[in-house]
Amino acid sequence: MMNLLLDDLPALQVMLPLLCAPLCFILRIKGLPWLIAFVTSILTFAVSFMLFNQVADGDILSYAMGGWAPPWGIEYRVDRLNSFFMLLISGIGVVALLFARKSVDSEIIACKQSIFYSAFMLCLAGLLGILITGDAFNVFVFLEISALSSYVLISFGQDRRALTATFQYLIMGTIGATMILIGLGFMYMMTGTLNMADLATRLPEVMNTNTIRTAFAFIVIGASIKLALFPLHIWLPNAYSYAPSVVTVFLAATSTKVALYVLLRFVFTVFGAEFAFGEMPLQHILMFMAVLAVLTGSLCAVFQTNIKHVLAYSSIGQIGYMVIGVALLTTTGLAAGILHVFNHAIMKACLFLAIGCVYYRHGSARIEDFKGIGKTMPWTMAAFVIGGLGLIGMPLTVGFISKWYLVIAAMEQGAIGAVTISIILIGSLLAVAYVWRIVEVAYFNEPTKEKAKIKEAPLALLIPTWIMALATIYFGIKTDFSVIAATNAATTLMGAK
Amino acid sequence: MIDIHPSLLFFFAAVLACVLRGHVRSAMMLAVPVFGALNLWQIGGSLTLTTSFLGYTLEPLRIDDLSILFGYLFHLAAFIAIIFSLHVKDTVQHVSALTYIGSAIGAVFAGDLLTLFIFWEIMAVSSAFLIWARRSDRSYHSAMRYLIIHVLSGVLLLAGALFIFRDTGSLAFNEIGLGTTGGWLVFIAFGIKAAFPFFHNWLTDAYPESTPTGAVFLSAFTTKAAVYALARGYAGTEILIYIGAAMTCFPIFYAVIENDLRRVLAYSMINQIGFMVVGIGIGTALAVNGAVAHAFNDVIFKGLLFMAMGAVLHVTGRMNGSDLGGLYKKMPITTILCIVGAASISAFPLFSGFVSKSMVMSAALKEGYDWVWICLLFASAGVFHHAGIKIPYFAFFAHDANIKAKEPPFNMLVAMGIAAVLCVAIGCYPHVLYNMLPNEYEYTAYDTTHVLAQLQILFFSAMAFVWLNLKGLYPPELPSINIDIEWFYRRVIPCSVRCGLAMAVPAYKATTGFITGLFRKVVIGNLLRHHGEHGVLSRAWPIGSMVLWVAVLLCLYIILYHV
Repeated sequence: MMNLLLDDLPALQVMLPLLCAPLCFILRIKGLPWLIAFVTSILTFAVSFMLFNQVADGDILSYAMGGWAPPWGIEYRVDRLNSFFMLLISGIGVVALLFARKSVDSEIIACKQSIFYSAFMLCLAGLLGILITGDAFNVFVFLEISALSSYVLISFGQDRRALTATFQYLIMGTIGATMILIGLGFMYMMTGTLNMADLATRLPEVMNTNTIRTAFAFIVIGASIKLALFPLHIWLPNAYSYAPSVVTVFLAATSTKVALYVLLRFVFTVFGAEFAFGEMPLQHILMFMAVLAVLTGSLCAVFQTNIKHVLAYSSIGQIGYMVIGVALLTTTGLAAGILHVFNHAIMKACLFLAIGCVYYRHGSARIEDFKGIGKTMPWTMAAFVIGGLGLIGMPLTVGFISKWYLVIAAMEQGAIGAVTISIILIGSLLAVAYVWRIVEVAYFNEPTKEKAKIKEAPLALLIPTWIMALATIYFGIKTDFSVIAATNAATTLMGAK
Repeated sequence: MIDIHPSLLFFFAAVLACVLRGHVRSAMMLAVPVFGALNLWQIGGSLTLTTSFLGYTLEPLRIDDLSILFGYLFHLAAFIAIIFSLHVKDTVQHVSALTYIGSAIGAVFAGDLLTLFIFWEIMAVSSAFLIWARRSDRSYHSAMRYLIIHVLSGVLLLAGALFIFRDTGSLAFNEIGLGTTGGWLVFIAFGIKAAFPFFHNWLTDAYPESTPTGAVFLSAFTTKAAVYALARGYAGTEILIYIGAAMTCFPIFYAVIENDLRRVLAYSMINQIGFMVVGIGIGTALAVNGAVAHAFNDVIFKGLLFMAMGAVLHVTGRMNGSDLGGLYKKMPITTILCIVGAASISAFPLFSGFVSKSMVMSAALKEGYDWVWICLLFASAGVFHHAGIKIPYFAFFAHDANIKAKEPPFNMLVAMGIAAVLCVAIGCYPHVLYNMLPNEYEYTAYDTTHVLAQLQILFFSAMAFVWLNLKGLYPPELPSINIDIEWFYRRVIPCSVRCGLAMAVPAYKATTGFITGLFRKVVIGNLLRHHGEHGVLSRAWPIGSMVLWVAVLLCLYIILYHV
């Protein structure tokens, strides 16, 4: 029995959250949907942990869905790249759900909570599905599952603007997914296959056709929309800001990361780096967009008054760093980009969790609410400061580690490297500006009279927040795990073709 | 016993200081430097610990002849300063002071540039809190400027470290030199912390704004850590001699016209660091020994002066020379202790300044830097004027300002007493200090030439002062003592400089006004228009235009892919 389960781990990775989604919906007893979701997320995390260990030494795990052998059937394919991403996503899922019970209780009315949790589980299933599948069309299917459920999740936001934000996200997300679908269609037309590994072997023959070039453009644009790469980022700030706190935590730490994975997978594994960067000028395009993303995102963050907006724009900047790492086109650069995916997920989760605590007490997260919060909510604010130091890139936090590797990777290059280093430096200074603005208000202003009585957030919210805050420091000091995993993932990707 | 890194001890203490209160905290804080020094003494001569971080070999602990001297010095300074601040109830100050000490100790024991950088940044952040702790508007802004400059120094250090790593493949912190880009970046980083000319403003800006006790901590660590770093990385770099000579001379003019007595001390601090920088720049065994010994003495006598001024500030709440005076009747002990400090900084024989300053000057003469020697001579006379006479005179003598005052708390007196005893002890028994110095070099401070030359400077300075006094060349009510320079500043310069300024200032204001106006309008205005809350780039676009952008980009990509 146990062996049977172990063999089916890849399927369980997606099936567990997928099956529990209707359970959450059916069993509408108070508290039960949360419990189901939470337990499932822990199991999912355990599964991804086991998968991660199974492929840690470089094996590739291929699982034929329903017994249909690839390339005819759907293949689930686990390697060192996606197992690392899955570990991250399911881990964030656990922390977010730990935070969810109290936070959701205060933000979403009881009768709708079961819908909320089933949408959450669907979203988790979708994201994990995108990561694990080895079938290109399946990517699209899971993209849609995760996207549709995240529209639902965002629309639960208390602010009425959540609805318009959702609608924008829906339009943009659908366009993005459709573009990927169109790209897949072109590829299917030329090769007759949808299995990624199979595509990779068949594509070189037809590489120099306009159809494939166009397919490439469609897929890159589609993934860029999902990734919120400048200038296709406009949907992101509002979607993050008006969603319920826990949704913001989860989406900010996962969805753009998964989109980056899609980009990496298609560019490096399916099309191959030689085609994408040799024949197509993708390196320059990505570098250009990423640099603009870092500058614009960070600059916009400086001027925002809603703290969720500040962090959302900072995410756009941080996505820029990841893409910079990718666009350096070396194993070190790619490893730095992937490492930043991991590190950024941790610190952004920490920051949004702290914001969630503030929101729980104040009912909004505008900068005025932060006045004197260093005194009234010291633990929350301390966690926020740790996350903020991470964004700046202070040593002993994860932010420093990823910037260090990015700079090391950039120094191997010539002129591009110099530009990159100066951009990283400017980005860090801008991060100082936008983080400091909040810290200053929190610690150097007195709270207003009615806000002075507000107490520290409850323990149920502080525990997940501090798990992430400590992780921000832990992975900033003990870097063996994350660095080795990211380097392995990068070598897998570079060696794939 | 070796298993504890000396700086960790202080970090633990900082954590404990958050929790503990009252006498328990005082006892704990006093025990830490003592225990730390014992720990260091047990480790003894030399030791390196290596560890690996990010896949690089790091050396978080390197104890050798040079670093251990600074290690002892910092423990000693910490002990004195902690005694001085025992009466303070503010937890923020204690925690930041302990963290600051720990990071400074970590910085001098750092065997590689990355470790150095980490402690460098902790030092910057924790020390800023000692300034913020004054909790005034001025101190807030001053600390912000301080922090920005020091973080910049840290970033330059990191950038330099990366370049050095690229060139040499190692992060070890040894002789660096100015041959490479990385070398220059690190040099500037150290220079900012050592208050090189044009980078020195943070020091004179921030130190006088810190709390009475905070200034004592600040004066001991930051700049001395930088002196250590320069001695380690740039000994014998010739440019340092000229930088150092400039540092000894230019602050004198500022110190003389400054009214805030702690700012006078801040200027005189730059002047003293100048002597050390010259010594490092000359780079011979004697010169480096002199620089290190002078750093050692400077921490103690400058600490003593800052403590005396801190005591005055604590008791009276005033720090301007023109508001003080006549305190010797009410604070006799403080007065005597302050005079000991003043005698030491002026390098009177039998006081500590003499035994180390003369080493640097002998070295300068020996290596043929005659002009530098003359600068140093001038600087010595200047020090006597502004630190040796001006500080005690304004605070404790001069016209009686009739301030209600009494002796400061007992712990302050004890701390000052320890520092004063050390000043005299080192001055009388210099070989104890000489034996600890990193280089082997036989040197005697008390030979005829040194003593006579120094006494000549001092007596002629004193004679000029007395003569001007007798001639009544300055009104007795005017709270100033350096009548010659004062007169020069008040009579000659106004005529020439003010005339020049009268023309230059409007022009300068107009240009800067134009530039800042332009900057505001064009840069900030544009930034706000595009990136501001309702700017083009950060407001929600209509869906139509978003989709249009997607279409435009798609076309662009396809075109780019086809060419």
